Amino acid sequence: MSALDPTTPSVPQRAGWAWRPYALTLPALLLLVAVIGYPLLTIVLRSLSEPQWGPQNYVWFFGAPVNLTVLQRTFTISAWVTVVCVLCAYPYAYLMTAVGPRARLVLVLCVLIPFWVSGVVRTLSWVILLQDSGVINSLLRSAGFDGVRLIRTQTGVVIGMAQVLLPFMILPLYSVMKGIDLRLVQAARSLGARPSRAFFTVYLPLSLPGVYAGAIIVFILALGFYITPALLGGPRSTMLSTLVQTQVLSLLQWGRGGAMGVVLLVTTFVLLALAAPVMRSRHREAGRR
Amino acid sequence: MEMKPLTRVILGLVCLLVAIWLVAPTLVVVPMSFNENKSLAFPPQGFSWQWYQNFATNPEWSTSFLNSLKVASLVAVLATVLGTLAAFGLDRMKARPANLLRMLMLTPMVVPGVVLAIGIYAVYLDAQLVGTLTGFVLAHTILALPFVLIAVSANLEVFDRRLETAAASLGAGALTTFRTVTLPLILPGILSGLLFAFATSFDEIVVSLFITNPYLKTLPVQIFSSITRDADPTVAAVGTILLCATTILIGGGMLLLGRERKGRL
Repeated sequence: MSALDPTTPSVPQRAGWAWRPYALTLPALLLLVAVIGYPLLTIVLRSLSEPQWGPQNYVWFFGAPVNLTVLQRTFTISAWVTVVCVLCAYPYAYLMTAVGPRARLVLVLCVLIPFWVSGVVRTLSWVILLQDSGVINSLLRSAGFDGVRLIRTQTGVVIGMAQVLLPFMILPLYSVMKGIDLRLVQAARSLGARPSRAFFTVYLPLSLPGVYAGAIIVFILALGFYITPALLGGPRSTMLSTLVQTQVLSLLQWGRGGAMGVVLLVTTFVLLALAAPVMRSRHREAGRR
Repeated sequence: MEMKPLTRVILGLVCLLVAIWLVAPTLVVVPMSFNENKSLAFPPQGFSWQWYQNFATNPEWSTSFLNSLKVASLVAVLATVLGTLAAFGLDRMKARPANLLRMLMLTPMVVPGVVLAIGIYAVYLDAQLVGTLTGFVLAHTILALPFVLIAVSANLEVFDRRLETAAASLGAGALTTFRTVTLPLILPGILSGLLFAFATSFDEIVVSLFITNPYLKTLPVQIFSSITRDADPTVAAVGTILLCATTILIGGGMLLLGRERKGRL
């Protein structure tokens, strides 16, 4: 790979053409500034200036118990979704590394099939599955059990969100597990470790970079989820995104909605910034074999 | 890793359940789409094609479908051109500015959908872009750009730049080198970027919900409003059609790829 080889001779550059790469990125950057940068700036400004200049919208947000409950619930639901994803993805990704190529293809297809239909249709499927007259409840009833209430509950929201986000956990986990040298586990076994001990002291630590990477992606995506909680959830499982939408579209409170949006945005970026160095150093460790 | 037989069985069972959990929601729309009654209750009653007829004849559905096709096609072209240019620029820059700019261009992937949506909505209200084709194309293009950038960059990373030097040393001009050497070699990245961009736009819902109006609706917006309004099995029919279309596209693609690979061997 020449890109990694510092001695590769490059195409002779004419003097004065050093700006050319920057010119190539310019159209994309302009669009980025116009359609992402300017709108986000507008939201920040509105959160500070409507109805008048000052931090009143933030004071309101952090002063109202209702908002804090929703903020806390957003974190709780995201955390549950992350936990469910890690627990389900770990054995699945491991099996992907352990089986032959044909079975692996089937397993990969199962991960990718959810992407084949549009996200909204998938949420509709969850409505069909979870509703009181839905698939799960009719199966339970035909097996002689009582029906359970799933739709418009927090459990239902977690089940639906975790299914949507599971591929984002499985794929990074698989790419890390694929690179683990299984001879290290054999070495531990030959030195007398029981299989469970070999797993917990050798395999698990080596797979953690994948867990971190996947968990961070899932948690951050879950924080900003809007469609699934809106369709599967009820008033007692409202997440921050729905609250932002209500403030802006129904109440026309751009200042308050903007302040909530900024809180969500800042949380996301702080989490990313916190996670970036951890993930980078773990990756380096895993790469050093 | 060696495992006890019991561990092996448990692992297999857990993975089977996870696989069902992943796939079942995709397939459940198929039986619902043939329902005779106007309801989404399970199990569906009887058999009828009426929801497919409704999708084809009801202007609400067919117009939104055509709108989505139009927007997604424009977005695919625009995002691929901008993303490919940017990927080339980043590839030929010094590492430090390149990393910074790359991070900037990937931000659309991590900004929470609703925050972006209210921002774009605010700007579009002032610029009178709500419910316009331009508005949809611009917003979706910026959301699709990161996918093109990732796909093309990955291809450029394994591209041997000495090939360009070789072409240049044999007398090819910059444009000829690009057309006959660089472009054919990175075409897979560009094509997968194009596909991702199309899919991103065709599927986009959060921003679309804010910038839509009765005159311009895309398919996801129509699906969303149908789900929230009443239990109309037309949604299930649309889901089934989309599922079949993607299956045919992906299956065909895999067959073609497989044949090509065999031919090369």
